[in-house]
Amino acid sequence: MPVSSHLYTILSNQAPILTAWVAEQTSALADRSDLITASELEAQGKEFLSLMQTAVQSGNLDDIQTPAWEPARDVLSSVSRSRALQGFTPSETANFVFSLKKPLFVRLQDELKNDPAALVGELWTTTTLLDKLGLFTTEVYQKSREQVIARQQQELLELSTPVVKLWDGILAVPLIGTLDSVRTQIVMESLLQKIVDTGSELAIIDITGVPTVDILTAQHLLKAVSAARLMGADCIISGISPQIAQTIVRLGVDLATVTTKANMADAFRTALQRLNITFTRAQPKA
Amino acid sequence: MERIPILRMGDILLVTIQVDMYDRLAMTLQDDLTTRIAENGARGVLIDISSLDVVDSFMGRILSNISLMASVLDAATVVVGMQPAVAITLVELGLSLQGVKTALNVGRGMTLLRAMIESRTEETEDVGREE
Repeated sequence: MPVSSHLYTILSNQAPILTAWVAEQTSALADRSDLITASELEAQGKEFLSLMQTAVQSGNLDDIQTPAWEPARDVLSSVSRSRALQGFTPSETANFVFSLKKPLFVRLQDELKNDPAALVGELWTTTTLLDKLGLFTTEVYQKSREQVIARQQQELLELSTPVVKLWDGILAVPLIGTLDSVRTQIVMESLLQKIVDTGSELAIIDITGVPTVDILTAQHLLKAVSAARLMGADCIISGISPQIAQTIVRLGVDLATVTTKANMADAFRTALQRLNITFTRAQPKA
Repeated sequence: MERIPILRMGDILLVTIQVDMYDRLAMTLQDDLTTRIAENGARGVLIDISSLDVVDSFMGRILSNISLMASVLDAATVVVGMQPAVAITLVELGLSLQGVKTALNVGRGMTLLRAMIESRTEETEDVGREE
Protein backbone atom coordinates (compact mmCIF):
# COMPACT_ATOMS: atom_id res chain seq x y z
CA MET A 1 0.00 0.00 0.00
CA PRO A 2 1.59 3.33 -1.02
CA VAL A 3 2.18 5.80 1.79
CA SER A 4 -0.16 8.47 0.52
CA SER A 5 -3.23 6.27 0.36
CA HIS A 6 -3.75 6.53 4.11
CA LEU A 7 -3.91 10.26 3.84
CA TYR A 8 -6.31 9.86 0.93
CA THR A 9 -8.53 7.51 2.95
CA ILE A 10 -8.64 10.00 5.79
CA LEU A 11 -9.45 12.86 3.47
CA SER A 12 -12.34 10.87 1.99
CA ASN A 13 -14.14 11.35 5.27
CA GLN A 14 -14.11 15.14 5.18
CA ALA A 15 -16.79 16.16 7.66
CA PRO A 16 -15.00 15.43 10.97
CA ILE A 17 -11.71 16.91 9.75
CA LEU A 18 -13.44 20.06 8.56
CA THR A 19 -15.26 20.51 11.85
CA ALA A 20 -12.06 20.08 13.86
CA TRP A 21 -10.13 22.35 11.47
CA VAL A 22 -12.70 25.15 11.59
CA ALA A 23 -12.73 24.86 15.38
CA GLU A 24 -8.92 25.18 15.44
CA GLN A 25 -9.00 28.24 13.22
CA THR A 26 -11.86 29.88 15.06
CA SER A 27 -9.99 29.61 18.35
CA ALA A 28 -6.78 30.93 16.73
CA LEU A 29 -8.63 33.85 15.13
CA ALA A 30 -10.88 34.49 18.12
CA ASP A 31 -10.16 38.22 18.21
CA ARG A 32 -10.58 38.53 14.43
CA SER A 33 -14.25 37.54 14.38
CA ASP A 34 -15.01 40.98 12.90
CA LEU A 35 -12.97 40.19 9.78
CA ILE A 36 -14.01 36.65 9.00
CA THR A 37 -16.94 34.44 10.11
CA ALA A 38 -16.99 30.74 10.92
CA SER A 39 -19.14 30.04 7.88
CA GLU A 40 -16.59 31.70 5.61
CA LEU A 41 -13.83 29.66 7.21
CA GLU A 42 -15.88 26.54 6.68
CA ALA A 43 -16.53 27.33 3.01
CA GLN A 44 -12.83 28.00 2.37
CA GLY A 45 -11.80 24.88 4.29
CA LYS A 46 -14.28 22.66 2.52
CA GLU A 47 -13.14 23.80 -0.92
CA PHE A 48 -9.48 23.34 -0.04
CA LEU A 49 -9.98 19.91 1.51
CA SER A 50 -11.71 18.44 -1.53
CA LEU A 51 -9.09 19.91 -3.89
CA MET A 52 -6.34 18.62 -1.63
CA GLN A 53 -7.92 15.17 -1.72
CA THR A 54 -7.86 15.21 -5.54
CA ALA A 55 -4.24 16.32 -5.49
CA VAL A 56 -3.23 13.64 -2.96
CA GLN A 57 -4.91 11.09 -5.19
CA SER A 58 -2.44 11.98 -7.92
CA GLY A 59 0.19 10.45 -5.62
CA ASN A 60 2.70 13.29 -5.77
CA LEU A 61 3.21 14.59 -2.25
CA ASP A 62 6.78 15.84 -2.63
CA ASP A 63 6.26 18.61 -5.13
CA ILE A 64 3.34 20.99 -4.82
CA GLN A 65 4.33 22.83 -8.01
CA THR A 66 2.97 20.00 -10.20
CA PRO A 67 -0.20 20.52 -12.28
CA ALA A 68 -2.15 18.15 -10.00
CA TRP A 69 -1.76 20.67 -7.18
CA GLU A 70 -2.72 23.68 -9.27
CA PRO A 71 -6.41 23.95 -8.18
CA ALA A 72 -5.39 23.60 -4.52
CA ARG A 73 -2.67 26.24 -5.00
CA ASP A 74 -5.18 28.58 -6.62
CA VAL A 75 -7.52 28.32 -3.64
CA LEU A 76 -4.63 28.92 -1.24
CA SER A 77 -3.52 31.95 -3.27
CA SER A 78 -6.96 33.51 -3.23
CA VAL A 79 -7.38 32.87 0.50
CA SER A 80 -3.95 34.32 1.19
CA ARG A 81 -4.50 37.32 -1.05
CA SER A 82 -7.87 38.18 0.45
CA ARG A 83 -6.41 37.87 3.95
CA ALA A 84 -3.49 40.10 3.05
CA LEU A 85 -5.90 42.77 1.85
CA GLN A 86 -8.14 42.37 4.91
CA GLY A 87 -5.19 43.08 7.15
CA PHE A 88 -4.43 39.67 8.68
CA THR A 89 -0.90 39.12 9.93
CA PRO A 90 1.39 36.69 8.08
CA SER A 91 1.18 34.15 10.91
CA GLU A 92 -2.59 34.29 10.95
CA THR A 93 -2.61 33.69 7.21
CA ALA A 94 -0.15 30.80 7.35
CA ASN A 95 -2.17 29.35 10.21
CA PHE A 96 -4.90 28.55 7.69
CA VAL A 97 -2.74 25.63 6.53
CA PHE A 98 -0.88 24.84 9.74
CA SER A 99 -4.03 24.47 11.81
CA LEU A 100 -4.93 21.54 9.54
CA LYS A 101 -2.09 19.51 11.03
CA LYS A 102 -3.73 18.60 14.30
CA PRO A 103 -7.02 17.26 12.85
CA LEU A 104 -5.13 15.26 10.22
CA PHE A 105 -2.62 13.81 12.71
CA VAL A 106 -5.39 12.75 15.08
CA ARG A 107 -7.18 10.91 12.26
CA LEU A 108 -3.92 9.31 11.10
CA GLN A 109 -3.21 8.13 14.62
CA ASP A 110 -6.64 6.53 14.81
CA GLU A 111 -6.23 4.89 11.45
CA LEU A 112 -2.73 3.49 12.07
CA LYS A 113 -2.63 2.83 15.79
CA ASN A 114 -1.63 -0.80 15.16
CA ASP A 115 1.24 0.05 12.84
CA PRO A 116 3.63 2.57 14.48
CA ALA A 117 6.21 2.34 11.68
CA ALA A 118 3.68 3.26 9.01
CA LEU A 119 2.29 6.01 11.27
CA VAL A 120 5.68 7.69 11.54
CA GLY A 121 6.12 7.57 7.77
CA GLU A 122 2.63 8.99 7.18
CA LEU A 123 3.13 11.76 9.72
CA TRP A 124 6.41 12.75 8.14
CA THR A 125 4.94 12.93 4.63
CA THR A 126 1.93 14.88 5.83
CA THR A 127 3.87 17.37 7.89
CA THR A 128 6.32 18.04 5.02
CA LEU A 129 3.42 18.54 2.65
CA LEU A 130 1.59 20.93 4.96
CA ASP A 131 4.81 22.87 5.62
CA LYS A 132 5.25 23.39 1.90
CA LEU A 133 1.66 24.51 1.49
CA GLY A 134 2.05 26.85 4.46
CA LEU A 135 5.21 28.41 3.03
CA PHE A 136 3.46 28.84 -0.29
CA THR A 137 0.65 30.71 1.48
CA THR A 138 3.13 33.04 3.16
CA GLU A 139 4.87 33.69 -0.13
CA VAL A 140 1.62 34.66 -1.83
CA TYR A 141 0.77 36.83 1.19
CA GLN A 142 4.10 38.61 0.87
CA LYS A 143 3.63 39.14 -2.85
CA SER A 144 0.16 40.59 -2.40
CA ARG A 145 1.47 43.02 0.22
CA GLU A 146 4.27 44.05 -2.12
CA GLN A 147 1.74 44.68 -4.87
CA VAL A 148 -0.25 46.88 -2.53
CA ILE A 149 2.88 48.86 -1.64
CA ALA A 150 3.92 49.22 -5.29
CA ARG A 151 0.46 50.46 -6.22
CA GLN A 152 0.47 53.00 -3.41
CA GLN A 153 3.91 54.27 -4.44
CA GLN A 154 2.68 54.71 -7.99
CA GLU A 155 -0.42 56.57 -6.79
CA LEU A 156 1.73 58.80 -4.62
CA LEU A 157 3.97 59.65 -7.57
CA GLU A 158 1.01 60.51 -9.76
CA LEU A 159 -0.61 62.54 -7.00
CA SER A 160 2.39 64.66 -6.32
CA THR A 161 3.48 65.82 -9.75
CA PRO A 162 0.90 68.08 -11.35
CA VAL A 163 1.91 70.62 -13.97
CA VAL A 164 -0.45 73.60 -13.89
CA LYS A 165 -1.00 76.17 -16.60
CA LEU A 166 -1.01 79.60 -14.96
CA TRP A 167 -1.34 81.77 -18.03
CA ASP A 168 -0.82 81.53 -21.76
CA GLY A 169 2.84 80.59 -21.95
CA ILE A 170 3.39 80.20 -18.19
CA LEU A 171 3.42 76.82 -16.44
CA ALA A 172 3.74 76.09 -12.72
CA VAL A 173 5.01 72.95 -11.01
CA PRO A 174 4.24 72.94 -7.28
CA LEU A 175 6.56 70.36 -5.73
CA ILE A 176 5.57 68.80 -2.41
CA GLY A 177 7.59 66.32 -0.40
CA THR A 178 11.10 64.98 -0.70
CA LEU A 179 12.67 65.03 -4.15
CA ASP A 180 14.51 61.87 -5.15
CA SER A 181 15.84 60.82 -8.54
CA VAL A 182 12.71 58.93 -9.55
CA ARG A 183 10.36 61.77 -8.68
CA THR A 184 12.53 64.41 -10.31
CA GLN A 185 12.63 62.28 -13.44
CA ILE A 186 8.84 62.09 -13.53
CA VAL A 187 8.45 65.80 -12.76
CA MET A 188 10.98 66.62 -15.48
CA GLU A 189 9.27 64.42 -18.05
CA SER A 190 5.78 65.75 -17.36
CA LEU A 191 7.02 69.34 -17.29
CA LEU A 192 8.87 69.02 -20.60
CA GLN A 193 5.91 67.27 -22.22
CA LYS A 194 3.59 70.00 -21.02
CA ILE A 195 5.98 72.64 -22.39
CA VAL A 196 5.73 70.99 -25.81
CA ASP A 197 1.95 70.54 -25.58
CA THR A 198 1.17 74.10 -24.54
CA GLY A 199 4.08 75.86 -26.23
CA SER A 200 4.92 77.61 -22.96
CA GLU A 201 8.08 79.68 -22.72
CA LEU A 202 8.23 79.96 -18.95
CA ALA A 203 7.88 77.46 -16.15
CA ILE A 204 7.80 78.25 -12.45
CA ILE A 205 9.08 75.42 -10.24
CA ASP A 206 7.76 76.06 -6.76
CA ILE A 207 9.56 74.26 -3.94
CA THR A 208 7.60 75.70 -1.00
CA GLY A 209 6.51 72.15 -0.15
CA VAL A 210 9.99 70.66 -0.29
CA PRO A 211 11.18 70.31 3.31
CA THR A 212 14.93 70.12 2.76
CA VAL A 213 17.29 70.57 -0.13
CA ASP A 214 20.54 68.66 -0.35
CA ILE A 215 23.19 68.51 -3.06
CA LEU A 216 21.33 65.81 -4.97
CA THR A 217 18.01 67.63 -4.89
CA ALA A 218 19.67 70.81 -6.09
CA GLN A 219 21.36 68.92 -8.91
CA HIS A 220 18.05 67.34 -9.91
CA LEU A 221 16.43 70.76 -10.03
CA LEU A 222 19.27 72.18 -12.11
CA LYS A 223 18.95 69.26 -14.52
CA ALA A 224 15.26 69.99 -15.01
CA VAL A 225 16.07 73.65 -15.63
CA SER A 226 18.82 72.79 -18.16
CA ALA A 227 16.55 70.35 -20.00
CA ALA A 228 13.79 72.95 -20.26
CA ARG A 229 16.33 75.48 -21.48
CA LEU A 230 17.51 73.07 -24.19
CA MET A 231 13.96 72.96 -25.46
CA GLY A 232 13.75 76.73 -25.52
CA ALA A 233 11.83 77.38 -22.31
CA ASP A 234 13.10 79.20 -19.24
CA CYS A 235 12.52 78.22 -15.62
CA ILE A 236 12.09 80.25 -12.46
CA ILE A 237 12.53 78.51 -9.11
CA SER A 238 10.31 79.94 -6.41
CA GLY A 239 9.37 79.21 -2.82
CA ILE A 240 12.90 79.13 -1.48
CA SER A 241 12.69 79.47 2.28
CA PRO A 242 15.41 81.27 4.28
CA GLN A 243 16.62 77.92 5.62
CA ILE A 244 16.92 76.45 2.13
CA ALA A 245 18.73 79.57 0.89
CA GLN A 246 21.25 79.12 3.71
CA THR A 247 21.67 75.42 2.98
CA ILE A 248 22.18 76.04 -0.74
CA VAL A 249 24.93 78.58 -0.09
CA ARG A 250 26.59 76.38 2.54
CA LEU A 251 26.57 73.42 0.17
CA GLY A 252 28.20 75.57 -2.48
CA VAL A 253 25.51 74.90 -5.08
CA ASP A 254 25.64 77.46 -7.88
CA LEU A 255 22.15 78.68 -8.65
CA ALA A 256 23.42 81.85 -10.33
CA THR A 257 22.33 80.65 -13.77
CA VAL A 258 18.72 80.25 -12.64
CA THR A 259 16.25 82.95 -11.71
CA THR A 260 15.16 82.35 -8.12
CA LYS A 261 12.36 84.02 -6.18
CA ALA A 262 11.26 83.80 -2.60
CA ASN A 263 7.63 83.15 -3.40
CA MET A 264 5.33 82.15 -6.20
CA ALA A 265 3.73 85.61 -6.52
CA ASP A 266 7.09 87.24 -7.24
CA ALA A 267 7.91 84.53 -9.74
CA PHE A 268 4.57 85.00 -11.48
CA ARG A 269 5.10 88.77 -11.63
CA THR A 270 8.53 88.25 -13.21
CA ALA A 271 7.08 85.79 -15.69
CA LEU A 272 4.36 88.25 -16.72
CA GLN A 273 6.95 90.99 -17.13
CA ARG A 274 9.06 88.80 -19.39
CA LEU A 275 6.04 88.11 -21.58
CA ASN A 276 5.21 91.86 -21.55
CA ILE A 277 1.85 91.33 -19.89
CA THR A 278 0.63 94.04 -17.52
CA PHE A 279 -2.35 94.15 -15.23
CA THR A 280 -4.07 97.25 -13.94
CA ARG A 281 -6.64 97.51 -11.20
CA ALA A 282 -10.02 98.39 -12.71
CA GLN A 283 -11.29 101.85 -11.85
CA PRO A 284 -14.11 101.60 -9.28
CA LYS A 285 -17.42 102.69 -10.82
CA ALA A 286 -18.59 106.06 -9.63
CA MET B 1 26.23 60.40 -50.43
CA GLU B 2 23.32 61.39 -48.19
CA ARG B 3 23.16 65.07 -47.35
CA ILE B 4 20.93 67.24 -45.26
CA PRO B 5 19.40 70.03 -47.37
CA ILE B 6 20.14 73.61 -46.36
CA LEU B 7 17.45 76.09 -47.40
CA ARG B 8 18.16 79.77 -47.84
CA MET B 9 15.57 82.34 -46.77
CA GLY B 10 17.06 85.77 -47.35
CA ASP B 11 19.97 86.09 -44.98
CA ILE B 12 18.90 83.09 -42.90
CA LEU B 13 19.83 79.46 -43.51
CA LEU B 14 17.22 76.87 -42.56
CA VAL B 15 18.16 73.28 -41.75
CA THR B 16 15.54 70.65 -40.95
CA ILE B 17 16.97 67.36 -39.74
CA GLN B 18 14.44 64.65 -40.54
CA VAL B 19 16.58 61.53 -40.65
CA ASP B 20 18.51 59.69 -37.97
CA MET B 21 21.85 61.40 -37.60
CA TYR B 22 25.00 59.37 -37.76
CA ASP B 23 28.46 60.78 -37.18
CA ARG B 24 29.44 61.07 -40.84
CA LEU B 25 26.22 62.88 -41.75
CA ALA B 26 26.69 65.29 -38.85
CA MET B 27 30.24 66.10 -39.96
CA THR B 28 29.03 66.69 -43.52
CA LEU B 29 26.31 69.02 -42.23
CA GLN B 30 28.88 70.98 -40.23
CA ASP B 31 31.06 71.35 -43.36
CA ASP B 32 28.18 72.29 -45.63
CA LEU B 33 26.74 74.80 -43.19
CA THR B 34 29.97 76.66 -42.55
CA THR B 35 30.66 76.76 -46.29
CA ARG B 36 27.19 78.12 -47.02
CA ILE B 37 27.37 80.75 -44.27
CA ALA B 38 30.62 82.04 -45.73
CA GLU B 39 29.39 81.86 -49.36
CA ASN B 40 26.01 83.49 -48.85
CA GLY B 41 27.05 85.85 -46.10
CA ALA B 42 24.20 84.49 -43.99
CA ARG B 43 23.43 86.28 -40.72
CA GLY B 44 21.42 83.55 -39.03
CA VAL B 45 21.07 79.76 -38.90
CA LEU B 46 17.93 77.96 -37.75
CA ILE B 47 18.29 74.24 -37.03
CA ASP B 48 15.03 72.35 -36.55
CA ILE B 49 15.51 69.04 -34.72
CA SER B 50 11.85 68.37 -33.88
CA SER B 51 11.86 65.03 -35.73
CA LEU B 52 15.01 63.79 -34.01
CA ASP B 53 14.20 61.19 -31.36
CA VAL B 54 17.74 60.23 -30.48
CA VAL B 55 20.74 62.45 -29.92
CA ASP B 56 24.08 61.16 -28.71
CA SER B 57 26.95 63.07 -27.17
CA PHE B 58 28.66 63.43 -30.54
CA MET B 59 25.59 65.03 -32.08
CA GLY B 60 25.32 67.28 -29.05
CA ARG B 61 28.88 68.44 -29.55
CA ILE B 62 28.30 69.00 -33.27
CA LEU B 63 25.32 71.25 -32.51
CA SER B 64 27.42 73.16 -30.03
CA ASN B 65 30.31 73.43 -32.53
CA ILE B 66 28.08 74.60 -35.37
CA SER B 67 26.78 77.37 -33.14
CA LEU B 68 30.31 78.46 -32.20
CA MET B 69 31.60 78.26 -35.78
CA ALA B 70 28.62 80.24 -37.05
CA SER B 71 29.24 82.94 -34.48
CA VAL B 72 32.86 83.16 -35.61
CA LEU B 73 31.47 83.71 -39.13
CA ASP B 74 29.17 86.38 -37.64
CA ALA B 75 25.94 84.43 -37.86
CA ALA B 76 23.54 83.70 -35.00
CA THR B 77 22.29 80.13 -34.45
CA VAL B 78 19.05 78.94 -32.92
CA VAL B 79 18.19 75.26 -32.34
CA VAL B 80 14.43 74.68 -32.25
CA GLY B 81 11.95 71.93 -31.41
CA MET B 82 14.04 69.69 -29.19
CA GLN B 83 11.98 66.73 -27.93
CA PRO B 84 11.66 66.24 -24.15
CA ALA B 85 13.37 62.84 -24.32
CA VAL B 86 16.29 64.34 -26.23
CA ALA B 87 16.63 67.20 -23.75
CA ILE B 88 16.67 64.77 -20.83
CA THR B 89 19.28 62.60 -22.54
CA LEU B 90 21.56 65.55 -23.20
CA VAL B 91 21.28 66.77 -19.61
CA GLU B 92 21.97 63.27 -18.28
CA LEU B 93 25.02 63.14 -20.55
CA GLY B 94 26.15 66.37 -18.93
CA LEU B 95 25.83 68.40 -22.13
CA SER B 96 23.87 71.57 -21.56
CA LEU B 97 24.93 73.01 -24.95
CA GLN B 98 26.38 76.18 -23.44
CA GLY B 99 26.12 79.08 -25.82
CA VAL B 100 23.47 77.46 -28.02
CA LYS B 101 20.24 79.43 -28.21
CA THR B 102 17.06 77.35 -28.21
CA ALA B 103 13.38 77.93 -28.97
CA LEU B 104 10.24 75.85 -28.76
CA ASN B 105 9.26 75.93 -32.43
CA VAL B 106 10.27 77.37 -35.79
CA GLY B 107 8.06 80.45 -35.39
CA ARG B 108 9.51 81.41 -32.02
CA GLY B 109 12.98 80.51 -33.29
CA MET B 110 12.61 82.95 -36.21
CA THR B 111 11.54 85.77 -33.89
CA LEU B 112 14.51 85.08 -31.60
CA LEU B 113 16.90 84.87 -34.55
CA ARG B 114 15.65 88.19 -35.99
CA ALA B 115 16.13 89.83 -32.59
CA MET B 116 19.63 88.39 -32.29
CA ILE B 117 20.62 89.53 -35.78
CA GLU B 118 19.24 93.00 -35.05
CA SER B 119 21.18 93.37 -31.81
CA ARG B 120 24.37 92.21 -33.54
CA THR B 121 23.86 94.79 -36.30
CA GLU B 122 23.29 97.54 -33.71
CA GLU B 123 26.49 96.58 -31.92
CA THR B 124 28.55 96.92 -35.09
CA GLU B 125 26.89 100.24 -35.88
CA ASP B 126 27.77 101.49 -32.40
CA VAL B 127 31.36 100.45 -32.91
CA GLY B 128 31.39 102.25 -36.27
CA ARG B 129 30.05 105.43 -34.68
CA GLU B 130 32.66 105.42 -31.96
CA GLU B 131 35.35 105.36 -34.55
